[in-house]
Amino acid sequence: MLGVAFVKGVNRSPVQCDRRVMGKYLLRRLAMNAVLVAIAASLAYMLAATTMNPRASYEGRQPPVPEAVIDATLDAYNLNDKTPVFERYVTWASGVVTGDFGKTWNGASVNDEMGRRIGVSLRLLLIGTILGFAIGVILGAYSAVKQYKIQDRIIGVSSFVVMAVPVFVLATLLAIATYNLNRGLGFTLIEYTGEYNPRLSGWDQFLNRLNHLILPTISLSVGSIAFYSRIQRNMMLDVLGQDFVRTAMAKGLRRRTALFKHALRTALIPSATYFAFALGTVFVGAIFTEKIFAWHGMGAWLVDAINQNDVNSVAAVSLFTAACILLAAFMSDLLVAALDPRVRVS
Amino acid sequence: MRSKVVLARLVRNRQARYGSIALLLLVLLAYVGPFFGQYEWTDKDFMAFLSPPSADHWWGTTTIGQDMYAITLRGMQKSIIIGLLTALIATTLAAIVGAFAGYFGGWVDRVLMWGVDLLLVLPSFLIIAIVSPRLKNASWLWFVVLLAVFAWMITSRVVRSMTLSLREREYVQAARYMGIPQWKIIFRHVVPNLSSLLIIDATLNVSGAVIGEAALSFFGFGIQPPDVSLGTLIAEGARNATGYPWLFVFPSGMLVALVLSINLIGDGLRDALDPGSNT
Repeated sequence: MLGVAFVKGVNRSPVQCDRRVMGKYLLRRLAMNAVLVAIAASLAYMLAATTMNPRASYEGRQPPVPEAVIDATLDAYNLNDKTPVFERYVTWASGVVTGDFGKTWNGASVNDEMGRRIGVSLRLLLIGTILGFAIGVILGAYSAVKQYKIQDRIIGVSSFVVMAVPVFVLATLLAIATYNLNRGLGFTLIEYTGEYNPRLSGWDQFLNRLNHLILPTISLSVGSIAFYSRIQRNMMLDVLGQDFVRTAMAKGLRRRTALFKHALRTALIPSATYFAFALGTVFVGAIFTEKIFAWHGMGAWLVDAINQNDVNSVAAVSLFTAACILLAAFMSDLLVAALDPRVRVS
Repeated sequence: MRSKVVLARLVRNRQARYGSIALLLLVLLAYVGPFFGQYEWTDKDFMAFLSPPSADHWWGTTTIGQDMYAITLRGMQKSIIIGLLTALIATTLAAIVGAFAGYFGGWVDRVLMWGVDLLLVLPSFLIIAIVSPRLKNASWLWFVVLLAVFAWMITSRVVRSMTLSLREREYVQAARYMGIPQWKIIFRHVVPNLSSLLIIDATLNVSGAVIGEAALSFFGFGIQPPDVSLGTLIAEGARNATGYPWLFVFPSGMLVALVLSINLIGDGLRDALDPGSNT
């Protein structure tokens, strides 16, 4: 059992000792995680390589392509189903180890595609994820302070309803509503498809990008607002009844200061854990939003790659996802340690 | 009697009451409703393509003249069955794996928990998406199995940690000294004592599976045509939602109602079975 180094006013020497032990523990966990990522990615590659058929994209062409040409092309991309799976896997894995994820089904570099798509997903999701967390926590804490009053009831019931609406229904509803709104107005007030209008430049393009973000951000954050507000309310209620909050008020802090500095900080821990997790999985969490609003990010890439029999892209997305999830779990552990003075590492 | 107390609490719980009534009505609609409609779900009315809701076609028709009322109810039946079966399989798996890992400890525990970790890391969406279209000719039950296989891991971790403490209770010790076989102790003494957790988990798994099925079918990775489910109908409707809203509104409305009522029951059950918790 270790007291963690984040507590202020602890003696210097035990803290340093704890740091070393904790560093070792964290390193060991990172190594375990790396093994899990490698296994997950290899299994995904095997599954994709044995079941998908990139040859089909070349065979159906008009005029027909000679088989020798197809074989040569597929060989060049390491996609030929006539090569034994294990051999292809070794070629792929030795590429991945050096940072090369191979070629897509039509010969483009998976690395380039991935770089571009990560950028798109990041621009799409970062704002939505942060907004969802911030608004959710504020609503949840407010709801706890106003327990059983009308505000609490309204927030509770609406978050319950929102959580029953899947994101693809919500996103489609938003798109319909916007379509009708724009048609009623006679001009495009809110954009509902794509990331930006490439014909604009400078300031106009920046505004246009923001406009394109409105709908996806709403559809992304509404669900997480509901989710966080429920967690935060429960945690806040737990904490509000505890001694240290009463002590804080008894020693003369104003109610507001006591609530913010003592209650909210402790009650943030579970929400913050989920938030760290959500930030880590930000790149792949929005398959539906990306597909429905036509943003070409990582989530959309997975669906497209499956439909195009694009083995190397599927494997790359899986590896990336597994790495993100484990990194996120790791981050959320660190965050808990940072927030909670009582945390113990075993 | 504990069961009596729980039942009384459940009936008094407003959420559970409304949820059960709503669910009962929805199930009735799905299974009895088709007898009142004028069309079978396989019928195609070639005189009415994409007609809006009317006295003849209550909920309108699709692009190929199917009656939306009949086909939505048919999809609902499928979604309900998929949800129930998936939840049953997932919760059973979670209970068995978690209880065995916690009860035996040692290498059994390590192997099982390692498997759980691995399944958590595996890209479930990817695996289901690749495998299920290839099950086109197989039964949709395989799809249920696929959904269930990726839905039990977190619960099994909870079950394991609760079993760790149950294992030390006197009645379990007594049973062990009486020479009752280990597996019998697990099923007679450990699992029944976890029933409240498992019941709540199973309920919430139903709504999770209903949404999961719809989500996968949305991309064409779930139930394959000519069979329909709420997911395939919503996917179909979403494509034409701006011009022909009835194709989208009815199936997605039914989906939301179904999920909402099941979640209400789950929440009420939690209050009734586990008054201490507040999550």
